[in-house]
Amino acid sequence: MAEKIATRQSYGKALVELGASRQDVVVLDADLSGSTMTKEFAKVYPQRFFNAGIAEANMYGMAAGLAISGKTVFASTFAIFAAGRAFEIIRNSIGYTGANVKVCATHAGLTVGEDGASHQAIEDLALMRTIPGMTVINPADDISARKLLKAAAEMKGPVYVRLGRAAVPVIYDEETDVQIGKALLLREGKDYTIIATGIMVNQALEAAGQLSAEGIEVRVLDMHTLKPMDEDAVVRAARETKGIVTVEEHTVIGGLGAAVAQICCEKAPAKVSFVGIRDTFGESGKPDELLEKYGLTAAAIADAVRAMA
Amino acid sequence: MDKKALQDKAALIRQHIIREVYHAGSGHPGGSLSATDIMTVLYFNEMNIDGRDPGNPDRDRFVLSKGHATPVLYACLAEAGFFPPEELVTFRKLGSHLQGHPSMTKLTGVEMSTGSLGQGFSASVGMALAGRLDNKSSRIYVLLGDGELQEGITWEASMAAAHFGLDNLCAVVDHNGLQIDGRNDDVMRVMPIAEKFRAFGWNVIELDGHDLDAIQAGFAAARKHKGAPTVLVAETHKGKGVSFMEDDAGWHGKAPNREQAEQAMKELGGVL
Repeated sequence: MAEKIATRQSYGKALVELGASRQDVVVLDADLSGSTMTKEFAKVYPQRFFNAGIAEANMYGMAAGLAISGKTVFASTFAIFAAGRAFEIIRNSIGYTGANVKVCATHAGLTVGEDGASHQAIEDLALMRTIPGMTVINPADDISARKLLKAAAEMKGPVYVRLGRAAVPVIYDEETDVQIGKALLLREGKDYTIIATGIMVNQALEAAGQLSAEGIEVRVLDMHTLKPMDEDAVVRAARETKGIVTVEEHTVIGGLGAAVAQICCEKAPAKVSFVGIRDTFGESGKPDELLEKYGLTAAAIADAVRAMA
Repeated sequence: MDKKALQDKAALIRQHIIREVYHAGSGHPGGSLSATDIMTVLYFNEMNIDGRDPGNPDRDRFVLSKGHATPVLYACLAEAGFFPPEELVTFRKLGSHLQGHPSMTKLTGVEMSTGSLGQGFSASVGMALAGRLDNKSSRIYVLLGDGELQEGITWEASMAAAHFGLDNLCAVVDHNGLQIDGRNDDVMRVMPIAEKFRAFGWNVIELDGHDLDAIQAGFAAARKHKGAPTVLVAETHKGKGVSFMEDDAGWHGKAPNREQAEQAMKELGGVL
């Protein structure tokens, strides 16, 4: 059984590494540093850590001001308060200015768990995708999260990074070449393609294993970068396999599935079906119970592939 | 710049404002004219800026948090040498770098893109934090409207600026008492402004926002104050300098017609 690490833990670790190599890195939080794991950075570099208090709008405004003054800013809170509450500040003060702010939002999706629907951001990827020039990243595991965060620090401009609360299996190894905007091929298959993002990538791999036992060979892609999306990988999946199933811990409105469908419609018409949260809010429960109830399991993904056959 | 020169400059800025808004056929003259004397002192007396060296890392920064007052900002930037004043007539026109609300990526000299009220204030707090991290002696100035204080983010920013003890930050509230829908007092009371900022931990200076000496003295006092940010609460008149625009909320966001523009220019000692 693979080691399990929450991507927010990866974030804390990545920040400490970045803080050592980059004097320009500044970190902001909104009273959730113990949960987002920015506390790890705060412990080592207290001079470069600012707690904005419970004031997300101002935090992202201050982040813009720091970035415009030359800093590389990582500003964190829960995804619902970042992409949701502070949306218009991120759009106007960070997106429109092209400010070098990395909006690193943790506790995304249903797997927030017991806190319930008010805290479960299931629309953050859709919201962030709409901002011109915003890079949108949703890592699947510890290793890809740390590599993508480092790459985000190296690029100039706004980036949204979605991070999770729950521990998830480590999929990659340190040698894996992870680049922003380039999908990772995890499994080759001639019949169908599963394109998954974030913590659903592991479930997609499990589904592919189940299907293989039935003689259905599935290609699995980790679409960690939702924008700019790896169009070539989508077009190849559309042309080389018989259909695509997209999988995201997010509403099916405006997220990964919508982006893939848009590429297919324009460039390579293909059958696409969507595994994600339908037009509904979540609720309290254990992460695994919620994934089960809302159809975000390996079994549900496998069913979606079988339904295409 | 001596007082007479500042007075002349303020008159010229007011003429530019009328020209800009007249040629654009839209824009915000009222809140630009109310802020003109403050802006004139800032750009031509107080701030360390140079239109020929806009990227100087040690320059002071100005953020127009009441971003709709672009006519006065652009007039100041043009007069300060950031771009030729002849370009002011392109204000709000397709392809112009003089956007309806200021864009830092389109116009050099604009330090922060603003327009959505309150956000410039937050950004100025971030800039002041960055200045302190880098041990810079440069100062950050931010102009707020009084109606803008109705935005919750302004109080988040106020709290943060005082909490971090940002004495390199100086805010100015252009208190003309009016907003789009009428008087602040009728729409949503923001008074008492000075007491609110005091309660948030700011050094507060109340002054006449059309008295050039008082404004200069206010900025000088702000510079000397250590350990907390300073806010100048400036009593002003919306539409100041143009008789028929003064203290009339109707001129918040409306352009004069040709006859009105000519009348305004005559009162300001210029020609359209």
